[in-house]
Amino acid sequence: MKKLDRRNFIKGSLAGGIAAAAAGKARKATAAGGDFGGYPDSMGVLVDLTKCVGCRTCEAACNKEQGLPEPDKPFDDYSVFDEHRHGGLPRRTTEKAYTVVNRYNIEGREHPLFRKVQCNHCNEPACLTSCFVNAYTKTPEGAVIYNAKVCVGCRTCMIACPFYVPAYSYSSAINPVVKKCIMCYDTRLKFGRPPACVESCPQGVMTFGKRKDLIAIAHEKIEATPGKYVNHLYGEHEVGGTSWMYLSDVPFEDIGFDTHLGKEPIISYVKDFLAIVPMVLCIWPALFTGFHLLSTRKQANKEESTKA
Amino acid sequence: MNKLIAEGFQPIDTLIKPSTNNPWSFKDKLLLGLTPQEYTKQLVRNPFNWILAIIYAVGIPILVGRFIFGLGWATHSSYDYPWGLFLGWGLFVMVPLSASGFMLGTTVELFGRKDFKPIERLGLLNGLLGYFFAVVFLEVDLGQPWRLVYPMFVSLGPAAVLFLVAWHVATYLSVQIAELVPATSELMGWVKPKKFIKSIVLGLTVAGIILSTLHQGALGALFTYAPGKVHPLWFSAAFQWFHFFCSSIFGGLSMLIVVSTLSKWFLQWRCDANFTKNLDKLTLGIAKGCSLALITYLVIKLVALAHDNEWGYLLSGWGQLYIFEMTAGVILPLVFFTMAIRTNRAGLARFAAFVAVFGIALNRLNTVLITFNWHLYQEIPHWREFVIAVTVYATYIVVYRAVLYRLPILYTWQGDSK
Ligand code: SF4
Ligand code: SF4
Ligand code: SF4
Repeated sequence: MKKLDRRNFIKGSLAGGIAAAAAGKARKATAAGGDFGGYPDSMGVLVDLTKCVGCRTCEAACNKEQGLPEPDKPFDDYSVFDEHRHGGLPRRTTEKAYTVVNRYNIEGREHPLFRKVQCNHCNEPACLTSCFVNAYTKTPEGAVIYNAKVCVGCRTCMIACPFYVPAYSYSSAINPVVKKCIMCYDTRLKFGRPPACVESCPQGVMTFGKRKDLIAIAHEKIEATPGKYVNHLYGEHEVGGTSWMYLSDVPFEDIGFDTHLGKEPIISYVKDFLAIVPMVLCIWPALFTGFHLLSTRKQANKEESTKA
Repeated sequence: MNKLIAEGFQPIDTLIKPSTNNPWSFKDKLLLGLTPQEYTKQLVRNPFNWILAIIYAVGIPILVGRFIFGLGWATHSSYDYPWGLFLGWGLFVMVPLSASGFMLGTTVELFGRKDFKPIERLGLLNGLLGYFFAVVFLEVDLGQPWRLVYPMFVSLGPAAVLFLVAWHVATYLSVQIAELVPATSELMGWVKPKKFIKSIVLGLTVAGIILSTLHQGALGALFTYAPGKVHPLWFSAAFQWFHFFCSSIFGGLSMLIVVSTLSKWFLQWRCDANFTKNLDKLTLGIAKGCSLALITYLVIKLVALAHDNEWGYLLSGWGQLYIFEMTAGVILPLVFFTMAIRTNRAGLARFAAFVAVFGIALNRLNTVLITFNWHLYQEIPHWREFVIAVTVYATYIVVYRAVLYRLPILYTWQGDSK
């Protein structure tokens, strides 16, 4: 609670110092006000990577649910697993696909491992905190949604997202917008229904539920079958916790997860700067006016003494 | 131009036409007192204009294409590298190089160093134009440029660093326009505006310092949103804003030396004795400021290394780039500036300034593009991106030159408007 106050203070002074008008309209500033670690009853998805067979049904379901354009290759074409983007990296989310499944061939593992990528719906989303028009909202249900009507297209959110999730419809000249998974908020989550991709999965890879229940389930699973899973629930703590969390039987760094992100939400790295803002605003005017008086006095004195 | 001067032509520097006793008309002022034919002739004679013509012939269609076909056509439209040259060069390099405005304002108006007066206006102009064109670059880069004012009036995200940058750059642009009102007033023969600005100049200057400290720092702080993406040698959560702020001090001052040098070389006819005579002394004075900022910067860069204990990275390939940047872009100019001050050689200070400007550009591009996503892959911007960047930058130079031709920046206005 104390921390939250400090953040609001920073926010207030930022806005206030910049323009009084801004402070007035600063309404609910950032709904995610995430220092409390997310909404207590937010929903989430637990992904058991060991179960995924790479059928790409979820990709197809997402495409349909979100009304995305037809893909370059049909969803039953598995040659996409051999595709690589720039730098030899596996496929990533794009303006045409909010979720993609990638294959990882792991030495010593009987089958390859498949990993689904989409927005992780962070508790304290970096995309949200970096956006200067407040286009993102973290809903109490846990989704991080985006308002295309106010987005200016600066793409800072893409710089900020530690998971490289948001894509941008560069192809449009008139109305380019950010494209990313919204956890099916307006068609499903809002009504308490699980996302399309979760429901479509024939293997039951994904479990939809309250985030805190999912954490408990995940730890039970890890303990129930010792040696099956690596002892790490990815997303429980990463960058302040995410709504989507993952269980795996191979180390996360081997299947493209960034394991160096740390527990701190991204906004904590920015706080050092945010903290100096009110300081500069209050101290600088006095300080420099003082300098001015001093240096001009000195000069006046000098002039007087030369006169005398 | 030089040829015209040799023929005895005198560019406008008073309100009254000497031969007739009538005031110069606005058209005269625009054409520097030449007839339209003479003016066109000198335009064509200047080889630099031919280079510009070529740049525009190639660049303008591509710039227009960017707005017709979208960013996907003009850039690599990368999801991993959302920012390319437009912001990397246009925002992150141009803005620190334009810090001269507030530095000179502070020196002259606040610390009462009236001896820097002859170069103050050039400093202010360098600031104003740099910021203005940074906004132009931003407009080229934004997905929906017509929404530029959204962060101000439509939907506010006051906790975001970019929000602060947007507000501050906008406010600071107005401050800088106000600071240049006196120069315009002289040319136009207005009396009141100049008086008014004179009366609030101290307020404007202090506002300039605050806004500059914060937005120069904020540009650095923008990268604290990407702690894992910028290479650790170029990243420091605690010091990032201070690195950017501190380096903008010598960046802006060095850029001022660079433009004053260019003016001295290519716009000799427009510089009056007051400017030319004092320039060497002033250059050395500014060099002192640069060397102080450089040494501070060097120290805090090392402190940041020690603070995050990043010495190990120095041995990697990225470390070599870092060492190159620090040596060529910071230590070298520092040594040259110091030598120049010791031996009283303005020429050497000028050379140092060129090197320092290069150093700033290298540092910003390293942070924004080269070491960004260091664990992924490197991306070379699309050729159209280069062409557009060069075109916009050329426009910056054209406008810069046009203003220097006319406004009393390099010369003192002869006449009444006090
Ligand atoms: S994963 Fe990225 S896009 Fe999704 S909420 Fe987190 S920061 Fe935002
Ligand atoms: S691109 Fe749009 S959503 Fe992303 S930070 Fe900029 S304005 Fe916000
Ligand atoms: S939650 Fe909805 S939008 Fe997100 S990947 Fe699944 S189907 Fe697509």
